[in-house]
Amino acid sequence: MNQFLRGMSASQQVGLLFLILFGLLVIASFATFVASFHERESERGQAWAAELKRLSGLLKTSWFVSIVFWIGWVLGETVATVLFGIVAFFALREFITLSPTRRGDHRSMILAFFVVLPIQFWLVATEHFDLFTVFIPVYVFLAIPVVSALAGDPHRFLERNAKLQWGIMVCVYGMSHVPALLLLDFPRWDERKNAFLVFFLVFVVQTCMVAQHIAQRWLAKPARAPQISTSFTWTSWAIGVAVGGFIGGLLSAITPFKPGQALGMALIACVAGSLGHLVMKALKRDRGVTNWSGAPSVTGATGLLDRVDALCFAAPVFFHSVRWYFDL
Amino acid sequence: MLAKLMSLFLLGLVRLLTGAQARWHGCPPKAEQRIYFANHQSHADLVMIWAALPSELRGITRPIAAKDYWTKSPFKKWITTEVFNAVYVERERKADESGVLSDPLQPLLDALEKGDSIIIFPEGTRGNEELPQRFKSGLYNLALKFPQVVLIPAWINNIQRLLPKGEVVPVPVLCSVTFGAPMQVHSSGSGEEKYVEDHAAFAERARDAVIALREV
Repeated sequence: MNQFLRGMSASQQVGLLFLILFGLLVIASFATFVASFHERESERGQAWAAELKRLSGLLKTSWFVSIVFWIGWVLGETVATVLFGIVAFFALREFITLSPTRRGDHRSMILAFFVVLPIQFWLVATEHFDLFTVFIPVYVFLAIPVVSALAGDPHRFLERNAKLQWGIMVCVYGMSHVPALLLLDFPRWDERKNAFLVFFLVFVVQTCMVAQHIAQRWLAKPARAPQISTSFTWTSWAIGVAVGGFIGGLLSAITPFKPGQALGMALIACVAGSLGHLVMKALKRDRGVTNWSGAPSVTGATGLLDRVDALCFAAPVFFHSVRWYFDL
Repeated sequence: MLAKLMSLFLLGLVRLLTGAQARWHGCPPKAEQRIYFANHQSHADLVMIWAALPSELRGITRPIAAKDYWTKSPFKKWITTEVFNAVYVERERKADESGVLSDPLQPLLDALEKGDSIIIFPEGTRGNEELPQRFKSGLYNLALKFPQVVLIPAWINNIQRLLPKGEVVPVPVLCSVTFGAPMQVHSSGSGEEKYVEDHAAFAERARDAVIALREV
């Protein structure tokens, strides 16, 4: 099997990955479609229908994400980078919506959306790796408060600026590290196969989140910090990270890593992603919402940030670990 | 053709910047003759509520635009007539040549007569406060003259952050329009005995209905 896989060309391998992915989605969608004919009279039937509805919502998201990935792969790295830029834009829009800003922040927000975000993704697309890692923490860190100060409103100045900085760090800086993976240049490894690296990161982090969720359901232990997350416990967290790491180790064949390295990198990504998700939960609780969307809320948020926040925290850590370890 | 393209472009832009989400609480989107009345905080209100309506209703619903602002430049005028199909109103009463004061509501009456639905902002002017100002009598008078038209309150959320007064470039923030349950001017009895709710009471109720949608 492994020999067969290694014998294929890079694009054949990626093509096979998408074939498997879309195949699984077709099967899952068909299964939910058939299951929806099930009787709904009884109370159990009702619960079944509700569960099914949630599942088909999840499937829709998966279809959407897979198709976006596929388009990104077919059209090349630049398009993929632009796609992630668009995701970052929507995530930041959601973040800003729930952070109270004042009239004086208008220019800073314009700067964040229409200058910082495009420049950051342009730096990624043009492989200015040294500048792209420091552009936001160094230059934007100064530029945003300067623009705010010029607006002349001292009321809650630090708080307002900190929130904006945070939004940019998570949504733009974090997200920009995902397409940056596409551009890493490993020795003895076809660069066109870097799409696997993105897939590896996303899949491993998602597996970790799902495993953590299931473990908590199953163990039902008291939460570590119930004020922030009713589902976070150290045991379930450790199980989630272990499962994510294990899956990462199994996937080593599609990455430039050896199994041991893949396990290590997957563990790093899972720790960063799951803890980042916890941090975002704390942030949401501070704003008085449990989800950014919170079922058709007055803000109109779609909950995109809920789905990508773990990735936003995992990507920079993963990216730098890989670059540092392999000395790229 | 150009107007069609412009409307597609504007819809895309508004969705990109605000999400343009419509939330129907209390009434479904339905093609009956309606007067939508909403809070007014920005010139973008008009575009926002226009974009939030489903396309079937967008064609038969005409927003009200302040004549002095929206006819200032040829472009603004073109966009309000060709794209939004807006009804212009004067913000101040003006006398015509013969010295007769024109009724500022006349264009609205004409539109309602023709069977169009309209979108109005009963505060008359944009507010800076979070809560809407006192409602003027326009809505009440229209409701009395056209009792068969359904009155729908609407709350436009967050739009003041999109484009504050004096700024040119809008910032992307999620906005939504919440449509509430229909309401009407209370009346009972008939003939000599007829009781009709007065303007002040109705204006207060209408304003409360709009504010209540903030928390839905």
